[in-house]
Amino acid sequence: MARILMKGNEAIAEAAIRAGAEGYFCYPITPQSEVAEYLAKRMPEVGGVFLQGESEVAVGNMLFGAASTGKRVFTTSSSPGISLMQEAISYIAGAHLPVVFVNIMRAGPGLGGILPAQSDYFQSVKGGGHGDYRLLVLAPSTVQEAVDLMMLAFDLADKYLNPVMVIGDGLIGQMMEAVEFPDSDPKQNRVNLEERKWAATGAKGRDPVIIKSLFLDPLELEENSLLMDKKYEQMKKEEVRYELYKVSAKNELLVVSYGTVARICQTVIDELESEGVSVGLFRPITLFPFPEKEIYREAKKKNIKTVLTVEMSTGQMVEDVERAIIGAKPVKFFGRTGGIVPNPEEIQGKVLELIGSMKKRSTSSRKRK
Amino acid sequence: MAMTQSNTAIFSRPESMQSTVTHYCPGCTHGVIHRLVAEAIDEIGARDRTVGVAPVGCSVLAYNYFNCDFLEAAHGRAPAFATGFKRLRPDMIVFTYQGDGDLASIGMGEIVHAANRGEKFTTIFVNNAVYGMTGGQMAPTTLPGQVTSTCPVGRNANEVGYPIRMAELLSTLVTPGYIERVAVHTPKHIINARKAIRRAFQYQAENRCYSMIEVLSTCPTNWGKTPEEAVKWLDKEMAAYYPIKCFKDSVREGNK
Ligand SMILES: Cc1ncc(C[n+]2csc(CCOP(=O)(O)OP(=O)(O)O)c2C)c(N)n1
Ligand code: SF4
Repeated sequence: MARILMKGNEAIAEAAIRAGAEGYFCYPITPQSEVAEYLAKRMPEVGGVFLQGESEVAVGNMLFGAASTGKRVFTTSSSPGISLMQEAISYIAGAHLPVVFVNIMRAGPGLGGILPAQSDYFQSVKGGGHGDYRLLVLAPSTVQEAVDLMMLAFDLADKYLNPVMVIGDGLIGQMMEAVEFPDSDPKQNRVNLEERKWAATGAKGRDPVIIKSLFLDPLELEENSLLMDKKYEQMKKEEVRYELYKVSAKNELLVVSYGTVARICQTVIDELESEGVSVGLFRPITLFPFPEKEIYREAKKKNIKTVLTVEMSTGQMVEDVERAIIGAKPVKFFGRTGGIVPNPEEIQGKVLELIGSMKKRSTSSRKRK
Repeated sequence: MAMTQSNTAIFSRPESMQSTVTHYCPGCTHGVIHRLVAEAIDEIGARDRTVGVAPVGCSVLAYNYFNCDFLEAAHGRAPAFATGFKRLRPDMIVFTYQGDGDLASIGMGEIVHAANRGEKFTTIFVNNAVYGMTGGQMAPTTLPGQVTSTCPVGRNANEVGYPIRMAELLSTLVTPGYIERVAVHTPKHIINARKAIRRAFQYQAENRCYSMIEVLSTCPTNWGKTPEEAVKWLDKEMAAYYPIKCFKDSVREGNK
């Protein structure tokens, strides 16, 4: 298919259709309502279900029911709405069902603002709902990547029978970029219910299927939690995704950043390169599983003096970066929040300040000798 | 000379029920209601294309009794859950089975909106005027003056309002097709309840409308009564506040 210019939210919607999604449930919230507006027209065209629910609490639970049919279903929302879906997310994870959630993050806490942020990292990666569960979390940095990761999200949700969360900041949803969709008939990617033995398709010629998250016997509940944990361990082995940008033996500093902020960091890196300062970028694409070993591998290289994490939050992913590096190098943080997108100059200022202080430190230690 | 006799079974377990030991308390009418639902599913011949949605409450383990696919929703969310399921599988028969804490308190939003959208599933609403599973706390349906563990001197309507009549409330909505309140504390009431539940499933099988059957039910354990006293209290006190009748049947009225 040819490349077309498309707004992020609409591209996400179309990608889900191409991935074979048959049900979409939603509740309006800025900055992602265009997904719902697009699908209100598009879903009926492909014979799928579009339904605007009465709240995100209801929408989350509609997805819980819809996923029990075995079909591919999803929702999109933004931060306050995703908070209300945590109940259902926990149940869906506990019941081993595949659902794709998209959070086009806006700044919080509370009603916060409608401008872009990355302040739901903890909520997405560390839980948010109750219980021992994890979400597989994907973070696109371009509209094209949002399309690709949406397609992947449905496959991964099916592979692990676990909810997948795609998080993009408000920019991903709102900006327009050229995208290309795979040439596929939306109906082709739909699941074959006969292969889904776990789905509630009616007890015809088989025992009843029970979908539940209640286990009154602690041994059974522990067994369920261990089964879930096994999936998360497998994800850590098989699903880690990341991208390196201008990473080389000349780098003095390594930036770690995800989503659209990583693109701003690329601009900074290009600019610094032209000034003779070498900096590399590590961009996690999966936030869970987090590319721990890979960040450690890059950070511990001799030429790297400092690692700088840049986020649109007051510092959430930075804790995972610190954990990955286990003290091998100093980890610094720069962030803007509240809906403010950091500009290249301020990031560059922070990088130069760190490199400057690194240089000062090394000259003063040489003098002392 | 020996006489040959042929025995015909006139009463047996419905196919949609499993053979198992009950976990419900003595005198609890949840079991009777389960049976009526199973009979209705059998009668419309839909066991192998039915899914039940269990609430959180004493009947959370309903899947131990029914012989059809069964799904367990979050507390109060069964109507949203069933909406999601039925929208994707309109060819299947879907019912929610919910207590009064589940449906009329935490799940008030979900039931009102599912009914108002006219979702084509059936709700069996078991009103026993208390939170059974958690040990008999006050429910939105607890009668004025009724003593529970969280209103130890009796429900004070001036402080916490009067009990909610769900059948009446939902029948003010235009969309829902069939709403009836029944009881199961006497054989006569059981026969009527059976008819109502059967009718609700029939309407669903014909893809006509949303139905809610409210069933007045006993909870001797948390009412602090013997099973016999519980039946009397239901008949005298509950039925006085919650009239047992059909509130709306758009099909028979010719509107669906
Ligand atoms: C979110 C949430 N809050 C509270 C509970 C605890 N809880 C379990 S059952 C129940 C009430 C059940 O009462 P009812 O719906 O009347 O059903 P019954 O047990 O009487 O049949 C409550 C409050 C829960 N499981 N989940
Ligand atoms: S506590 Fe009440 S509702 Fe629950 S099983 Fe016992 S009698 Fe029935």
